[in-house]
Amino acid sequence: MTSSTVSTARPAEIAWHPAVGRYAPIVVIALALIAAWYIAAVLMNINLVRNETPYTTAELIAGTLNAERPLLPAPHQIIETFADDVFDWPVTSPRSLVYHGWVTLSATFLGFLLGAAFGIILAVLIVHARTLQKSLLPWIICSQMVPILAVAPIVIVVLGSIGLRGLLPKAIISAYLCFFPVTIGVVKGLNSPDPIQRDLMRTWSATPGQIFWKLRWPSAVPFLFTSLKVSITISLIGAIVAELPTGAQAGIGARLLAGSYYGQTIQIWAALLAASLLAAGLIGLISLAERSVARLMGAH
Amino acid sequence: MPANWRRLALLAAAIGMLAAAVLPLSSEPTAGLLSRQALLAATLLTAALYAGAAFVAAPLSIAASFGGVALSCAVTLALLRDATIAGYAAWGFWLPVLATWGAAWLGVARLAAVKPHDKTASRIVDLAIPLLFGAFIFYLWEVTVRGFGVPTVLFPAPSVIAIRFFASPAVLWQDFVQTFVLGMLTGYVIGCGAGFLVAVLAHRYTFLGRGLLPIGNFVSALPIVGIAPIMVMWFGFDWPSKAAVVVVITFFPMLVNTLAGLNTAGHIERDLMRSYGAGHRQTLQKLYLPAAMPFIFNALKINSTLAFIGAIVAEFFGTPTQGIGFRISIEAGRMALDMVWAEIALAAIAGMAFYGFVALAERATTFWHPSYRT
Repeated sequence: MTSSTVSTARPAEIAWHPAVGRYAPIVVIALALIAAWYIAAVLMNINLVRNETPYTTAELIAGTLNAERPLLPAPHQIIETFADDVFDWPVTSPRSLVYHGWVTLSATFLGFLLGAAFGIILAVLIVHARTLQKSLLPWIICSQMVPILAVAPIVIVVLGSIGLRGLLPKAIISAYLCFFPVTIGVVKGLNSPDPIQRDLMRTWSATPGQIFWKLRWPSAVPFLFTSLKVSITISLIGAIVAELPTGAQAGIGARLLAGSYYGQTIQIWAALLAASLLAAGLIGLISLAERSVARLMGAH
Repeated sequence: MPANWRRLALLAAAIGMLAAAVLPLSSEPTAGLLSRQALLAATLLTAALYAGAAFVAAPLSIAASFGGVALSCAVTLALLRDATIAGYAAWGFWLPVLATWGAAWLGVARLAAVKPHDKTASRIVDLAIPLLFGAFIFYLWEVTVRGFGVPTVLFPAPSVIAIRFFASPAVLWQDFVQTFVLGMLTGYVIGCGAGFLVAVLAHRYTFLGRGLLPIGNFVSALPIVGIAPIMVMWFGFDWPSKAAVVVVITFFPMLVNTLAGLNTAGHIERDLMRSYGAGHRQTLQKLYLPAAMPFIFNALKINSTLAFIGAIVAEFFGTPTQGIGFRISIEAGRMALDMVWAEIALAAIAGMAFYGFVALAERATTFWHPSYRT
């Protein structure tokens, strides 16, 4: 948190510095949310502690914030468990969150690559064939109405019966979830050049291939990256959720499931924290790629 | 596609149909097409229609190819009722299927190239193309599964699924109410409502808005479905825990989108409202909310899919013995895939109907927006 910027800055500077004006509300709201979390933790866990030892209010509150299986763990407990799970175990141990995170991450990446490639190919086909645009696009939109997560167990069963196990079924579920934003975004991007520009290409007697590589594709790139950011988080969600019905032994989803079976609430929250950090990191990765591609393409 | 190629392709389709009369229908001993007179007549008629479609002008040609496709679908499906063909189909069976595929593709392609001047006609064409395409996909699915004899435990044919679907309305209705009405709809209404109210507040008090918008943006990118086990722990196995997951999932997209929409009203409009002496309430009612409508509907659409996913995922962590997610995991475990697919069909239909409902509501309330006036 950047709370230090607020406390060290003198009031006169607060009014001047634009960064303070921008970040102060965020910090204040975030702190308010954390405070609300602590209060909620005390209120929700109080019944767990009351029957045990404490006598004074202070002891009661301390008890609620350090309960072993709290209804709502306090933020410091979650961070403690998270740090413990990440740093105190070797990365190959099934108790290490790094190990579980990696299992989920590899499915996320594979699914994302499959989904993005499929989405782009589909978009290129749709833009170039009017028949496909009219016949396939409505069904692609409908396909997103099918709750794929409901289909996940079957995908696993069917793929398992033809000998595919482990990573690939999860990745396919991720891919199914994440191709859609890519297709829609890239179709929009490939169609984004003005008719004037396309006419210009035609007056230069450019071939369809040249029109695609020199006009349509470059103008689709910004759209592509916006879609990729959406779709990589969806891919992560897909990978996590695909672990639930399959009874996976490893992965963040398996961690959630185990936590819920054994009532280990802090473990669930730590896994959620790990998933959130992964999501933020993945988006950051795409943003980085976006910026370097933009620089390569001559943006300022 | 150039006219010559199309003509060649349609003639090839006609020849493919005729192949059924010559080549063996099945790898097992079975009666050939020549001894099945009604089917033989239909096959010859189809071949004639395809060949005719190659030489006449567009409207008639489209009608002829789709007539041929319908006939040949009927022929192949009728052939599959013969136990000596289903599962053992040979080239005499597959060539007509391939020919029909080609003819159907050409028909749809030609239909897509038609540009009617009439508005209703063009809307009908736009609706007919995906419907025909979808119907044909289902036909291919049916024919492939039954022609190759794929076991039902792996991949049931659509007809088997449809039979199961209509044979068990009580179970499906029970699951529908449990997952869709109680779990998803309740959570959807509460979550979207709360997101909307907080957005209006955040818009009124700028400080709150400036703090909430980045946080909301961040949170709506997180895998929130992961809170499902926690909600099940807090609210129990029945539908309130599912609704709670849906509330949390739908809250943030609604908050972020509504806030963005409320902020679209321009300076000039705001100044105008001020010069009319409008209070905040009136400005909200007459300017901000109408301007935010497209954004709100965008969030409602995003949320309709998210909410369904959330409700179903929450069922993996514990349910009373009903609900779409519960039924799917139980029946998949028993290898009763026809029931699983019936549930998927139910979920898909419910999801599409709900999305369609939101889209219609959008059209009815934001018809004035530029994106609808083109």
